[in-house]
Amino acid sequence: MPAQFAAKRLGKELQKISNSLPPGIELVSANNLEEWLLDIQVLDNNPLYQNEKYRLKFRFGSSYPIEPPEVIFVKVPDRPIPMHPHIYSNGIICLDLLGTGWSPVQNVESVCMSLQSMLTGNTKDERPPGDEEFVRANRLRPKDIEFYYHDNDV
Amino acid sequence: MDTDDEFMSNVSSEDDMLPDDSDNDLSGDEDFGFDDEPDHYIIDSQKDGAEKRKAAYDISFKVYQPADVQKQQNDLIDEVNMILDISKEEAAILLRHFRWNKERLIEDYMDRPGKVLDAAGLSRSSAGPPKMQVIPDFMCDICCEDEPGLESFALKCGHRYCVHCYRHYLAQKIRGEGEAARIQCPSEGCNLIIDARSLDILVTPDLTERYHELLHRTYVEDKETLKWCPAPDCQNAIECAVKKKDLDKVVPTVTCLCGHRFCFGCILNDHQPAPCELVKRWLKKCADDSETANWISANTKECPKCNSTIEKNGGCNHMTCRKCKHEFCWMCMGLWSEHGTSWYNCNRYEEKSGTDARDAQARSRISLERYLHYYNRYANHEQSARLDKDIYHKTEKKMVQLQKESGMSWIEVQYLNSASQALQTCRQTLMWTYAFAFYLARNNLTEIFEDNQKDLEMAVEALSEMFERPITELADPKLKVEIMDKTSYCNKRRVILLDDTAQNLAEGMRTRISFWSVRMANK
Ligand SMILES: [Zn+2]
Ligand SMILES: [Zn+2]
Ligand SMILES: [Zn+2]
Ligand SMILES: [Zn+2]
Ligand SMILES: [Zn+2]
Ligand SMILES: [Zn+2]
Repeated sequence: MPAQFAAKRLGKELQKISNSLPPGIELVSANNLEEWLLDIQVLDNNPLYQNEKYRLKFRFGSSYPIEPPEVIFVKVPDRPIPMHPHIYSNGIICLDLLGTGWSPVQNVESVCMSLQSMLTGNTKDERPPGDEEFVRANRLRPKDIEFYYHDNDV
Repeated sequence: MDTDDEFMSNVSSEDDMLPDDSDNDLSGDEDFGFDDEPDHYIIDSQKDGAEKRKAAYDISFKVYQPADVQKQQNDLIDEVNMILDISKEEAAILLRHFRWNKERLIEDYMDRPGKVLDAAGLSRSSAGPPKMQVIPDFMCDICCEDEPGLESFALKCGHRYCVHCYRHYLAQKIRGEGEAARIQCPSEGCNLIIDARSLDILVTPDLTERYHELLHRTYVEDKETLKWCPAPDCQNAIECAVKKKDLDKVVPTVTCLCGHRFCFGCILNDHQPAPCELVKRWLKKCADDSETANWISANTKECPKCNSTIEKNGGCNHMTCRKCKHEFCWMCMGLWSEHGTSWYNCNRYEEKSGTDARDAQARSRISLERYLHYYNRYANHEQSARLDKDIYHKTEKKMVQLQKESGMSWIEVQYLNSASQALQTCRQTLMWTYAFAFYLARNNLTEIFEDNQKDLEMAVEALSEMFERPITELADPKLKVEIMDKTSYCNKRRVILLDDTAQNLAEGMRTRISFWSVRMANK
């Protein structure tokens, strides 16, 4: 449950994104201040992601935004997990922005935009190395995984 | 002969540090005879007294207590503060940024001060000392708070946040992530480091202690030549000049003032004579094969003659069955009477000829057998060392008793303490000789190694046996002399083994003829 001081920030964020979001990003649900769902899609014609929407689940801890939110892709009908060398097939994202590279100035909207451009710039139709084993063995929450950030340009 | 380039190459390429401390100089280096060329391995024939020569396995090191560590830092800060004419806070930040390489800092700063200050997050501007401010119409980008009178803070970069958010952020960094010296401005992509003066006004009292402790720790953590003693509650640091790339030819065992003996290379407990890489592989193998090997380290076995259950309760391998008085060796279950003679072969693994192992199954059985031979002995010494330690705890009691019975003084019974110490140290060494032997390449050095191992092992078992005698016998002055002799003999054999092995390691690395090999063990 977000602490008092985070509630105001999340409230403001929600107010802002309910009114307007950049193209390709939609708010699906934000019924409380713990878990939000958003859909994203790429805007250019990258063939890997044409005509697809992807669902993101945000979870906010008690020290958001000092600490990053937990962000994963979730699989529901019509919302697959996007193919990307930094996205595991269980939806876990290896992106330093969501870990050591987090800044409290970042927000839900900026995270969505970063993920959007991470997809847009990708040309590789593949999963991270060791995806199968990772997905089979992983019982950790994303924040407890020691990612080795492959490289952050992709 | 099986040289192992694969192993040698992966140890020597670890010199990629920031902002590079290629020449890590040791201030006060007169105490360090050790450098890249291990020239002190050469016996100095002029002073042929054994104690004059530095043993090949014996490395130089120095222990620093917390006050020493603090003083070293302060001295460096003062020096830089004077030479570069910058404040002490800035000197401290710059030194931390340069990983305490003073020469490098001074050189770079003299060249291009602006660039150095920028890189360390100390960009100059005309704005006075850092302070909290109330700015009209300010809204904090982190918490979105905008009430009038909200105190805020910004570094020289101008990224301004409210004081509450700043404090949350710092608490997260300091308490959560253990950062102190290189905390950056909370703004995204801003690399400006929060300087000590700003932290002084921002860090809340409940965090200052932890913060200073973390700052203090960077000094040791940044230097390749310094490490914290890993013993719980010990705050000393050890300085040792052995570098990462040398770990294939030396095993840098150091002893802290608190008494803890550990390897400076990998921080594990003393594992001489085995090099760190070998230890790592061995421990991994043991963990992987733990199920196969588990049954061996059990505390009970059956007497090979009458099958009654025998429990091991001391370190000694010489077992005498209570029931049938059969004397046998706990390790190989062979007759003990054969162990004192030149037939003694308990330590050596007889390689089975490969020709009768045509199928994969037979080969894998042989390789398991070979592993178990060494694992068995490794685990046994580990266990015996523990049991000897139990006995050591009883030693004090014993000594008090002994004083009563024999009229000996406290000083006069100290030989039991020395014996107990020797047993534990020697067993620790023996234990690792078996891991080592598992990876030994077969050549003329192997036999010398195994002979040394055997000599030490026999001496240790003999001492262990005397050490376990009942008090009434211990009171006999003749046994006391024997124990004292055996104790010093054990220590001497250990020194010889370590010395020979260390020389061979260094020599093998120089001539590229591998003394041990990883591939060897996997065949
Ligand atoms: Zn704030
Ligand atoms: Zn900044
Ligand atoms: Zn210590
Ligand atoms: Zn080591
Ligand atoms: Zn028996
Ligand atoms: Zn034996």
